Amino acid sequence: MRLQLSPEMEAFRDEMRTFFTTQVPQEIRDTIAAHRHLTRDQYVQAQRVLNDAGLAVPHWPVEWGGKDWTPLQRHIWREEMQLANVPEPLAFNASMIGPVIASFGNQEQKERFLPKTASLEIWWCQGFSEPDAGSDLASLRTTAVRDGDDWVVNGQKTWTTLGQYADWIFCLVRTDPTAEKKQRGISMLVFPMDTPGVTLRPIQLIDGGHEVNEVFFEDVRVPAENLIGEENRGWDYAKFLLGNERVGIARVGATKKLISQAKTHAREVVVDGRPLSEDPRLTARIAELENELLALELTALRVVANSADGKPHPASSVLKLRGSELQQAATELLVDIAGPLSVASFADGGSQVPQWARVATPEYLNYRKVSIYGGSNEVQRTIIAGTILGL
Amino acid sequence: MDFTYDSEQNDLREAVAGLLGRAYSDSEQRRRVTATDPGFDEKTWARLAEMGVLGLPFAEEDGGMGAGPIEVAVVAEEVGRVLAPEPFVEAVVLAGGLVSAVGTAAQRAAVLGPLAEGGSVLALAHAEPAARWSTSAAGVTATQDGGTWRLSGVKEPVPNGARADVLVVSAVTDGGTALFLVQGDAEGLTRTGYRTHDGGRAANVTLDGTPAELLGEGTADRSADVERAQALARIAYSAEAVGAMDTALKTTAEYLKTRKQFGVTLNRFQALTFRAADMYVSLELARSTALWASMVADTGGDVVTAAVRARLQTSRAGRHVGKEAIQLHGGIGVTAEYSVGHYTSRLTAIDHLLGDGDWAADRLAATVDSYPTVDPLGAPYTG
Repeated sequence: MRLQLSPEMEAFRDEMRTFFTTQVPQEIRDTIAAHRHLTRDQYVQAQRVLNDAGLAVPHWPVEWGGKDWTPLQRHIWREEMQLANVPEPLAFNASMIGPVIASFGNQEQKERFLPKTASLEIWWCQGFSEPDAGSDLASLRTTAVRDGDDWVVNGQKTWTTLGQYADWIFCLVRTDPTAEKKQRGISMLVFPMDTPGVTLRPIQLIDGGHEVNEVFFEDVRVPAENLIGEENRGWDYAKFLLGNERVGIARVGATKKLISQAKTHAREVVVDGRPLSEDPRLTARIAELENELLALELTALRVVANSADGKPHPASSVLKLRGSELQQAATELLVDIAGPLSVASFADGGSQVPQWARVATPEYLNYRKVSIYGGSNEVQRTIIAGTILGL
Repeated sequence: MDFTYDSEQNDLREAVAGLLGRAYSDSEQRRRVTATDPGFDEKTWARLAEMGVLGLPFAEEDGGMGAGPIEVAVVAEEVGRVLAPEPFVEAVVLAGGLVSAVGTAAQRAAVLGPLAEGGSVLALAHAEPAARWSTSAAGVTATQDGGTWRLSGVKEPVPNGARADVLVVSAVTDGGTALFLVQGDAEGLTRTGYRTHDGGRAANVTLDGTPAELLGEGTADRSADVERAQALARIAYSAEAVGAMDTALKTTAEYLKTRKQFGVTLNRFQALTFRAADMYVSLELARSTALWASMVADTGGDVVTAAVRARLQTSRAGRHVGKEAIQLHGGIGVTAEYSVGHYTSRLTAIDHLLGDGDWAADRLAATVDSYPTVDPLGAPYTG
């Protein structure tokens, strides 16, 4: 066992750090650091900068812009991005549909979609979840019926994140309702969001923001060539896609930033003449949280260091579960440091409450989602119990 | 950076696992051994010596194997896996570690050689009834009488204090805390041994003008040496706890698969399988931290802080896994005949011997505001 990074990896880390902190526009990184929402243009701009330097889709096949990096390099790349407040390449493009098309799409689809997916010329959104098919995705009911050269899609999707910005949607649809197992008979279709019959309706969230949507399909005609891979194999692609990047979902770098901001703000909040940063209960709480995060980071490193042979490391299932809990704990910490200031969430120019305290509660409330999406933590526990402990 | 053992470390693990697995192939064997003094099996101790385990971290010229903290952790994890009662961490890492760090060449050869060969059991007499995980001594004083040092006061609890052939004793001198070697048959030495809850042995050690040999040169304060030895022992205990937790979880999972209630096996109840899954999460996070701390010790980084971090993680995990292992077993978990309760008992002892989770959290809390983020691969941990 060796603790230090090799000199090559040290150099790689420095290279990433330098790039992210000097080449990505400061205004975008400031927006992330201040926990404010990026505009669509800012997302696109940031991803272009990364893509032009070959850093947007390093995990793709080399032929389509990938880098053939080791899992450790990918880990460092992602962590440094988070530490530098750089928005990660849009997950729907970079981690989800891109790898699926690269692995299962035909040559024409690869040429048509992959370059624009990497550069965010096409903004993708995901059409998986339905009102009655969240974690139990296989129960989805949206149908696609073949009619000549088209598929005709009817149904409803929900929790479609940033769908209001999207150009295209990748959608799971039921193409064989008679299949014996409900996981069979599902296919993956892609089509533009402005196709006639597609209606998007925003869902307002408890943080006051708009990031998810319902999407309705009424006799939406999708050309047959927009079927990805084989008919009725959509479930396999969805599993491939959801199994991707479980490592990245730990978001250690992002949580580190939250804790480090919490420390800064605790020095600014003065209670009875003493900064909150001297309160022993608070410092003990931060110490515990930091140690849990250290344990998570080390587990992520164990996973990336030991997964070179391609097999998923058993401990990888811990990453989503604990990673989401620690992200939530860090946002909770910030709310508690803000204390009574935190209720001024929607104060505007006339308020003396600092910006960080205003966004603390909306972000804390928003972060309840991280233990739900990507397979809820209960699903993760089921996976650990079943596949690791054999229960 | 990698977390994999090399082939020599794997060989060591297999050899120790084989030896201890045979010695303690079921919990009955361990119960027989711990029922009679000295609370461990002298034959197994001798076999560990033959394998080189008892001299593992000491320099070759002192009679040791010249291995490092990672090899120590490999052994400690296997000790924990079967709850071997042999005092590897106590005698080799803690007491032997201090002799190795502080002793003169002659003392190292005289004490560590016999320890490594299995001819002598060493114990550290440092804990005092009125102290709590201190790095210094308070209740035993050392005075010079002609050319001879004499110690007076009480040390307790002293793990394996009654069985030890040689005691390493901390005592107060004009220069601060010094360390001494006391022979087991020294005059004015009274040792009253007793059983500990985890099947081990500890003792009240009373010194009354007991002649002692100053360890090392001079009477400069040795608190920092004690702290460093404690840190290395905390890391070894973390590995031992990981081994114990691993078995406790495996035993529990096996039980859930076989034990029937209400006509079905327990693993049909989601409430139980989710709790087992959470035990796995605790175990793996603790394992990562314990492995890391052994690597920090190996590379000469900030071993004291790394040990505190490992202790915090393994303390919280040990309590979680230990308590849940009993709860998921139900009543049989609290019986002496069944093994799982003994794992919880040992995890509890480890937690309290050198500092528990709250102690570790307090230590970290004191400096939490002095750095922005923890970087486990950067300074000060990489040395």
